[in-house]
Amino acid sequence: MSLARAISTGELAELPSRRQEDWRWTDLRGLVRSLPPPSAAGEARRAGPFATLADREVVIVNGRGAEPVMLAPGESRVVALRIVAAQGAGAHAARILVNVGAGASLTLLESYEGETAEYLSEFDLDIRVAEGARLERIVLADEAADAVSVSLANVEIAPGASLAQTVVGVGAKRQRLETRVMHKGGGAAARLDGVYVLEDKRHSDLTTAVTHEAVGGATDQLIKGIVRDQARSVFQGRITVARGADKTDARMGHHALVLSDRAEVDAKPELEIFADDVACAHGNSVGALDEDALFYACARGLPEDAARALLTAAFLAEVIDRIENQDAREVVRSFVEARLEGAS
Amino acid sequence: MTTAMLSIRGLAVTVEGKTILSGLDLEVPAGEVHAVMGPNGAGKSTLSFALAGRPGYEVTAGSAQLDSEDLLALTPDERAARGLFLSFQYPIEIPGVTALAFIRTALNAQRRARGEEEVSAPDFLRLAREKAAALKIDFDMLRRPLNVGFSGGEKKRMEVLQMALLSPRLAILDETDSGLDIDALKIVAEGVNAMREPDRAMLIITHYQRLLDYIRPDRVHVMVAGEIVAHGGPELAHELEREGYDRYARRAA
Repeated sequence: MSLARAISTGELAELPSRRQEDWRWTDLRGLVRSLPPPSAAGEARRAGPFATLADREVVIVNGRGAEPVMLAPGESRVVALRIVAAQGAGAHAARILVNVGAGASLTLLESYEGETAEYLSEFDLDIRVAEGARLERIVLADEAADAVSVSLANVEIAPGASLAQTVVGVGAKRQRLETRVMHKGGGAAARLDGVYVLEDKRHSDLTTAVTHEAVGGATDQLIKGIVRDQARSVFQGRITVARGADKTDARMGHHALVLSDRAEVDAKPELEIFADDVACAHGNSVGALDEDALFYACARGLPEDAARALLTAAFLAEVIDRIENQDAREVVRSFVEARLEGAS
Repeated sequence: MTTAMLSIRGLAVTVEGKTILSGLDLEVPAGEVHAVMGPNGAGKSTLSFALAGRPGYEVTAGSAQLDSEDLLALTPDERAARGLFLSFQYPIEIPGVTALAFIRTALNAQRRARGEEEVSAPDFLRLAREKAAALKIDFDMLRRPLNVGFSGGEKKRMEVLQMALLSPRLAILDETDSGLDIDALKIVAEGVNAMREPDRAMLIITHYQRLLDYIRPDRVHVMVAGEIVAHGGPELAHELEREGYDRYARRAA
């Protein structure tokens, strides 16, 4: 069952529902009463957020235009991948293959751009990061408020490879950004960060599942988000350390600021450890702005509104600062700051 | 006779329904450094938080004026813009904001509130470099998130650096000596002494006389059980160090 299957078959019964444990907080079956017609061909009207940073651009509009991203061994590239829902969008799905050859380096700047309304979309990526290769994946998901959108990335990282990911979501009617990582260990490292800024009745679901299959891998995850109004965020993070995957180092942190009584955060961090000699830690916190920090900033001369804005931006900056690509980091920072200002 | 820069009369403060200060009087004239000494629980930090306007510190009676203006009617940021600075006993860590960005934002907020022009980034950097060097703070520390991972001594030096850059009219130093080794204590004291000016007043709140060996106060006030119970010159600090607070504590009880 998946949104993509429901779209291709036209069967509502194929939609993920709350009867599936991983979808219980993002119940599409209960939400979608009828499927919109298949999307017509469309055209992106705007430039993507990373337009000036990439040396190649793959633009998928209303599910059309998918082409693989293949890096030869040793190659180094910055590729913008745009998934656009343009005029004419109803229901569409697409899938691409991303292959980062041995020792190659890819910065993948992925943007979800909702130029229209009321669409259903699924986009899947199959990503392979070969030995000694490096992938930095930055995802900026700016969907329409009434869209239903699912993104699913299946990533396999080989020994000695690295994946550094930052997913930024502002929610939608339902927005699910899921990453599954098959971690082959052997010095491979994954960073799986995320940021969400949700307002109104938006819903965002960040789900990650990492499986450490072999000895000596590292996973580091930091997710931070802000929910206001009647927004709802879901974080599901599962790290499985398989039998024999000794010397795994896994850290997971999820921290949410809830700025309204009617906003909701559902978090499920899970560590499943079947190996010995592993270092695993997780932390989860949901709360309001720290009153001591607020007073400190005010006592130094910041009016309360400005102090709140500063501390809120600072809260998220800790994640944004971990983005390695400097230009992309600043694009994300501006995007997040604009959302914070717009929402305040 | 001119009124003192800081003038506190009959100040009573409750915290969570409990009376901590009960009718405190204190005057600090411009150009002077005064010390408030007292045992743990005397209400020293309550005094500093009440003056800075911390939520939860409820003033039930009395007044506090800075340059004849009612401090208690102002919000914390307005008090800061009028020139009040509180050096925190436990400075806060703020991940995600560099010390430089934090201090510059605060300085410009104060300047805007006073109708002054903002300080440009290059001018601010120049000033920050100069003041940091004087306090022996590695400039790279200012590019790191404020106070995150800093030692107790580094945090206190960062407080004094902020004080130097914000250039307040009235500085309150709450237990600035706690957690400092002797070298850090000297550096901090030098930083504070460098700020002595005819147009600035300072209030040093401390349990021990140690800091006052390096920052010589004009007056010493003894605080016990929420009141000022004795005044004297700098020699009073040494007397307290020798004999303790028992004598005053009995008097207050």
